[in-house]
Amino acid sequence: MNVRATVAAAMMTTVSALVLPAQAGAESVLRIGMTAADIPRTLGQPDQGFEGNRFTGLTMYDALTMWDLSSADKPSVVIPGLATEWKVDDADKTKWTFKLRPGVTFHDGAPFNADAVVWNVEKVLKQDAPQFDPSQVGVTASRMPTLASARKIDDLTVELTTKEPDSFLPINLTNLFMASPTKWQKLYEAATGADDKAKSQAAWAAFAKDASGTGPWKMSKFTPRERLELVKNEAYWDKARVPKTDKMILLPMPEANARTAALLSGQVDWVEAPAPDALPEIKQRGFKLYANEQPHVWPWQFSRIEGSPWNDIRVRKAANLCIDREGLRDGLLAGLMVPASGTFEKGHPWRGNVTFEIKYDKAAAQKLMQEAGYGPNKKLEVKTQTSASGSGQMQPLPMNEYLQQALAECYFDVKLDVIEWNTLFTNWRRGAKDASANGANATNVTYAAMDPFFALVRFLQSSMAPPVSNNWGFINNPKFDELVKKARQTFDPAERDKALAELHAASVDDAAFLYVAHDVGPRAMSPKVKGVVQPKSWFIDFSPISVE
Amino acid sequence: MLSYAARRMVYAIPIIIGVALVCFMLVHITPGDPLVAVLPADASQELAQQLRTAYGFDKPLPVQFGLWLWRAVNGDLGSSIATGRPVLAEVLRAVSNTVTLAIAAAIIGFSLGLFFGLVAGYFRDTWIDKIATSIAIAGVSVPHYWLGMVLVIIFSVELNWLPAVGAGPSGSGAWAWDWAHIRFLILPAITTSVIPMGIITRTVRALTGDILSQDFVEALRAKGLRETQVFRHVLKNAAPTALAVMGLQLGYMLGGSILIETVFSWPGSGLLLNSAIFQRDLPLLQGTILVLAMFFVILNLVVDIAQAAIDPRIKRG
Repeated sequence: MNVRATVAAAMMTTVSALVLPAQAGAESVLRIGMTAADIPRTLGQPDQGFEGNRFTGLTMYDALTMWDLSSADKPSVVIPGLATEWKVDDADKTKWTFKLRPGVTFHDGAPFNADAVVWNVEKVLKQDAPQFDPSQVGVTASRMPTLASARKIDDLTVELTTKEPDSFLPINLTNLFMASPTKWQKLYEAATGADDKAKSQAAWAAFAKDASGTGPWKMSKFTPRERLELVKNEAYWDKARVPKTDKMILLPMPEANARTAALLSGQVDWVEAPAPDALPEIKQRGFKLYANEQPHVWPWQFSRIEGSPWNDIRVRKAANLCIDREGLRDGLLAGLMVPASGTFEKGHPWRGNVTFEIKYDKAAAQKLMQEAGYGPNKKLEVKTQTSASGSGQMQPLPMNEYLQQALAECYFDVKLDVIEWNTLFTNWRRGAKDASANGANATNVTYAAMDPFFALVRFLQSSMAPPVSNNWGFINNPKFDELVKKARQTFDPAERDKALAELHAASVDDAAFLYVAHDVGPRAMSPKVKGVVQPKSWFIDFSPISVE
Repeated sequence: MLSYAARRMVYAIPIIIGVALVCFMLVHITPGDPLVAVLPADASQELAQQLRTAYGFDKPLPVQFGLWLWRAVNGDLGSSIATGRPVLAEVLRAVSNTVTLAIAAAIIGFSLGLFFGLVAGYFRDTWIDKIATSIAIAGVSVPHYWLGMVLVIIFSVELNWLPAVGAGPSGSGAWAWDWAHIRFLILPAITTSVIPMGIITRTVRALTGDILSQDFVEALRAKGLRETQVFRHVLKNAAPTALAVMGLQLGYMLGGSILIETVFSWPGSGLLLNSAIFQRDLPLLQGTILVLAMFFVILNLVVDIAQAAIDPRIKRG
């Protein structure tokens, strides 16, 4: 060995000695740029829709039931979470018994038990409970509309009561996250305030800064509006889901180009919804792109009030057959959508035996329109309310203009009434009869289709017409009402799913909506991020993800 | 002078109340439900009513305004609907970040603006003037959010010299004036500075040109003053107007820029406003607008007083 080689070997040894131990012990960090403008609320019930649940709900907290996020191919279904099993009372279908998972502890070390479940139910439902917090009620109670109360039976058994028999309860409970009552009580006792309500508010504010749930991630550092640092919970009850990354940093980046630049410059490892026109560059630079069908629907919701042109099923079907969804996907949306042929696609347990096949068939659409009395010289004027932007709206204006052009070929004359997103959203509850509809006979508000109530019931049941819920168009179909009742009162999960499938198939066969697209939740990340499984869900499991 | 300052301060009170009323009315006449941040569209009517009562939105508007103003006078701007955090703390934290950005941008924009303006005015109608004027026109014409994106593409994505977003390696909470933090400030500060730089260049150029053509300058030269001494007189005469323009520009910068702060995810008042607008977070929106409007009122007051102090010819009635 010559001198140069000896020196080189010595240097290598020294460098290895200095560097390798440090690398071996180096903390792995996953940095994520979210689309939210602020960190979603951290106190248990996140705001900012399902992005909130994704980042500050399912990470730090668990619910009694959870979504299976382990597969990219299969539909995401409800599985046991902090409850291991549940059943409805045979005699009284409003009473449910939930068996709780033993040996689970909150991040502060307190045990998870029936008292904790009752406490968490009462934080949003019992107005005279000290922990009742109005700010958490809206986002929680609306997602479990029939839950009325909770009662401890023993340490690991709890009874939940609903206002009416409701087989959807276990699905709805995925939205009720379990915060630590022990931790909150300590903060409440230390809080100052003019009265109990003020003390309670102060305790929740303190809890949000130093949260404690049972989830796979623990809060480590929180700077409001800027960053949330989570560290892995080594003591997580599901050993298979103990995070493979030591730390996760969540950064709000509401602007798509800023997120993309942060990813490309290496400032973050992962961004949600990168700028669509930057996708080719992102791929070209070796970054990875993930997308999958989400339980989300981009529709036109038809008015069915007297005089609406959409009351004719031939017209509804014609519109559904006149859209080249594949063209929309491959052209305007650069592949970032899944063509919709209903609220649920093939393979989903709630899809059902649909007989009206929604596809692009212009000739059939034109024929239907001619049968309905329209043609090239007698166009049907329809008006749709939409927004220029908005959560889940994808690219509403170009997409609606695409529809406008496509439908023109089937003798529709589409007028668009573009209003501000929050106004459109508020009008949704006012319905087609309200002046706010401005004469529109369809509205273009996208919806999440995670659970049966949100996906089907609120639109199809006649009693859900405004101002009660989102049956904007006043659909009044006795068959739908009957099927909703049947689904809600069928308590065997497999039979309930069949009933829901029947309801969904009936709604598609009736062309209840103009079904256009499902969003695909695009996210881009550095090639050093491994183990990503993007399920068919709004959510994702961060536990199996590692950063090399 | 003191009585003038006192009078100006008294005049500011009705302006402040007017500002408070306008900002309250503006956020309440915009369409949309103020509870949209905490109440999904599918919430039941009972729930909506329950929350409306809990947040006090069921009371008549004049009562809501009175209660809000009374609390604001006592230093309480309420709590954010979306986050539950006190508005005052949120606004102050955001404003302090915007102030950091505004100071950095002011240093860049004002020094370059003064330099280019004086040079252009002094060498009026020469090629130096044309270059300086072109820079000024570019400064006021280029959309700053576009410039921000271009700077990010060049210096962050392509060259990887400076960070693309954020306010420090661990957020603005641990801000320090060291290189690790200042590197986060450079791109947003340059982007913010271009408009004031352009405006000040144009103002100072026009002022310098006008002053140089006045008779007293000829007289000074005739008296045999050196050109640097003449220039000092020019500066002194240009100062009050330049100062007024700079004060206004600083006011704009302290107000934060929704576009620039969004492009750079800079956690200032612009980003806060953006978030409050999109979440329909009325207490946060009202509080932020009020505090920013106060900045303008106070800054104008300070500039008025400073002008009077600098230039004794300014007689205020």
